[in-house]
Amino acid sequence: MNKLDRKDILGLQDMSQSEIQLILDTAMSMKEILARPVKKVPALKGKTICTLFYEPSTRTRTSFELAAKALSADVSSIAMAASSVVKGETLKDTLLTLEAMGIDAYIIRHGAGGAPHYASKVAKGSIINAGDGMHEHPSQGLLDMLTMVDAKGSLKGLTVTIVGDILHSRVARSNIWGLTKMGAEVRIAGPKTLLPADVEKLPVKVFTNVDAAIEGADVVNVLRIQLERMNSGFFPSVREYASMFGIDKERLRRAKPDVTVMHPGPMNRGVEITPEVADGEFAVITDQVTNGVAVRMALLYLLLGGGTNVAAA
Amino acid sequence: MWLLLKGGRVIDPANGIDEVRDIAIGDGAISYQLSAVNLQDADVVDCSGLVVAPGLIDMHVHLREPGGEHKETIESGAAAAAAGGFTTIVAMPNTSPAPDNRAVVEFVLNRGRAAGINVLPCGAMTKGMGGTDMAELGDMADAGACAVSDDAHPIQNSLIMRRVMEYASMLGLPALVHCEDKTLVADGVMNEGICSTILGLRGMPGAAEVSMVERNILLGELAGCHVHIQHVSCAGSVEAVRKAKARGAKVTAETGPQYWSLTEESLSDYDTNFKMNPPLRTQADVEAVRAGLADGTIDVIATDHAPHSLEDKEVELPAAAFGIVGLETSLALGITKLVGEGVLTLPELVDKMAAAPAKALGLDRGTLTEGAVADLVIIDPEAEWTVCASEFKSKGRNTPFEGWKLGGKVVATIAGGRVAFGELSVQISECGVAGARA
Repeated sequence: MNKLDRKDILGLQDMSQSEIQLILDTAMSMKEILARPVKKVPALKGKTICTLFYEPSTRTRTSFELAAKALSADVSSIAMAASSVVKGETLKDTLLTLEAMGIDAYIIRHGAGGAPHYASKVAKGSIINAGDGMHEHPSQGLLDMLTMVDAKGSLKGLTVTIVGDILHSRVARSNIWGLTKMGAEVRIAGPKTLLPADVEKLPVKVFTNVDAAIEGADVVNVLRIQLERMNSGFFPSVREYASMFGIDKERLRRAKPDVTVMHPGPMNRGVEITPEVADGEFAVITDQVTNGVAVRMALLYLLLGGGTNVAAA
Repeated sequence: MWLLLKGGRVIDPANGIDEVRDIAIGDGAISYQLSAVNLQDADVVDCSGLVVAPGLIDMHVHLREPGGEHKETIESGAAAAAAGGFTTIVAMPNTSPAPDNRAVVEFVLNRGRAAGINVLPCGAMTKGMGGTDMAELGDMADAGACAVSDDAHPIQNSLIMRRVMEYASMLGLPALVHCEDKTLVADGVMNEGICSTILGLRGMPGAAEVSMVERNILLGELAGCHVHIQHVSCAGSVEAVRKAKARGAKVTAETGPQYWSLTEESLSDYDTNFKMNPPLRTQADVEAVRAGLADGTIDVIATDHAPHSLEDKEVELPAAAFGIVGLETSLALGITKLVGEGVLTLPELVDKMAAAPAKALGLDRGTLTEGAVADLVIIDPEAEWTVCASEFKSKGRNTPFEGWKLGGKVVATIAGGRVAFGELSVQISECGVAGARA
């Protein structure tokens, strides 16, 4: 298997273990390319990729753009105001317009869960979901897994604790699907108000006590807590959240001695994670960012190119 | 000139009739007085193998006119209704402007008169369905409103709802209530549960419906008002109605084909034709709705026919409009899923689609009693067909049942003695049944 036999990357839920393994293996080769003095191969020369972001993003969009450029694809980036969903051009018309310009792949971020699925029915080109509402963020899930492989060698048998706003988190969902397919045990922890309905039916262990959730964990993945959630009554105060659910050095001692600490960013230092932990010896937060480019190169390559050994290209 | 429907299985639940017999129509009324004199020149339709039932009544239809004529008009909605076997439909008030005054009620009645079937307006409870100021219920009742409702903008304030119900009971009108705690639903788009969690869509918990069902029943008891619970979708609502009926509360309830045929899992591909309010729930809820139909807790079948234009549905799911069309598939889904799967007998189905809604609304329709208005539907219960939205008479194409193979087909619909849909296998003559409009 050296090519993904699919048109789109919409989520990790419907992806097989062997597909995930192929992407992670391919991303390893991409890391090698990124370590070269000239970080560019001609694998996707002549392919046109468009990033279509209906929500603000710096790291994901930049990461996809750099990934596409490293593979010599042509990239155009479109940032849409979220309000255009309501009053401006529909997603359908935007896609049909871009399609007419010959786009091979679309990287879509959208506030609505399922928007990339809808796009995949409209557009003939490949769709890569770069985050849809509270649904999935597959490239983030993959880069998190790649970072765990770097740190631990394998995903099988790892205990991974995801802490924070699980309810609104597409990162959590992609991590849950990806990690459990690869044989890891996933624990999730957060205040009851920020756990989704029927969460116990997901293949995870559910905690509201962070200390218990961290006990013996190999990896702690800390999610961003959006401060506007406080105003919606999901939790009473930042101060209390930090003390009940924030990850500090003291709390981290309950994990395995070689614990790996991750955060998808952007961080609220002093809220969900203390600066000592974020900048400390166990954190691999900047490695995640580096791996993000490699994973996205792998996705683009496997969807649009494939077939040949990219590192030798 | 008379029309004689010969040899059909006549099902008239209001009179406990289910037998093969002849039935005649003359001067727009039903007759069984089949004398040689008046049948001498009668047109005879062979109905052997067919079911002859009272014209169906759908007490929950959105006709979109005035204000939303691109989605449906009273004329196109009535044509869809006739194609579905309905001879009476109740037009819900979420139009623009809403029927919160005599003028709009009369407009709907006038447009309905030209539409070939019986179109009854439901008045808004509050001005502009704003939930705060009571509309002129008395004036609208006088003009011909058959019920009151604030539709999918339900009154949240309990005191205002109480006063509206007191007024409605004084006027003898039922309060048709869409039960939804809007604060609890917030910006939900589908049932809350494992499916919404996996799909990353905001949920509408069943408790938001059940709590308002309970509240509205209690307020109805307080106000002495007949409360009719619209589109029951979940187990808790069925149970609440069952308990209220057991203690003698003046309550009736309806559900629609979507709630006995589909579950939340239909949304797994984000298809907007499965987005509706109340939302599709779980298999356990479907079972509870079926049980409620079987034991009589749910009296009435109503579609909540909600036509939308393509541009309202060809968008991302959270941005899509709620609602599905239902008039042209309701009877067949009842025959296929309820009768076919042993939930109801065919006479029980006809009861819930004709006699029971007539009773809930206090109408002298929904029956084949001697002398009754000649509203009838002739059904081929064995005919199979495939749902194809592009063939609908409704302007709406938003059905979740596209491609479904269903049993039970409307052969003809006769409203007030006139053929409103279908073709009868005789040459229709001038006076008895005139103006075939297939």
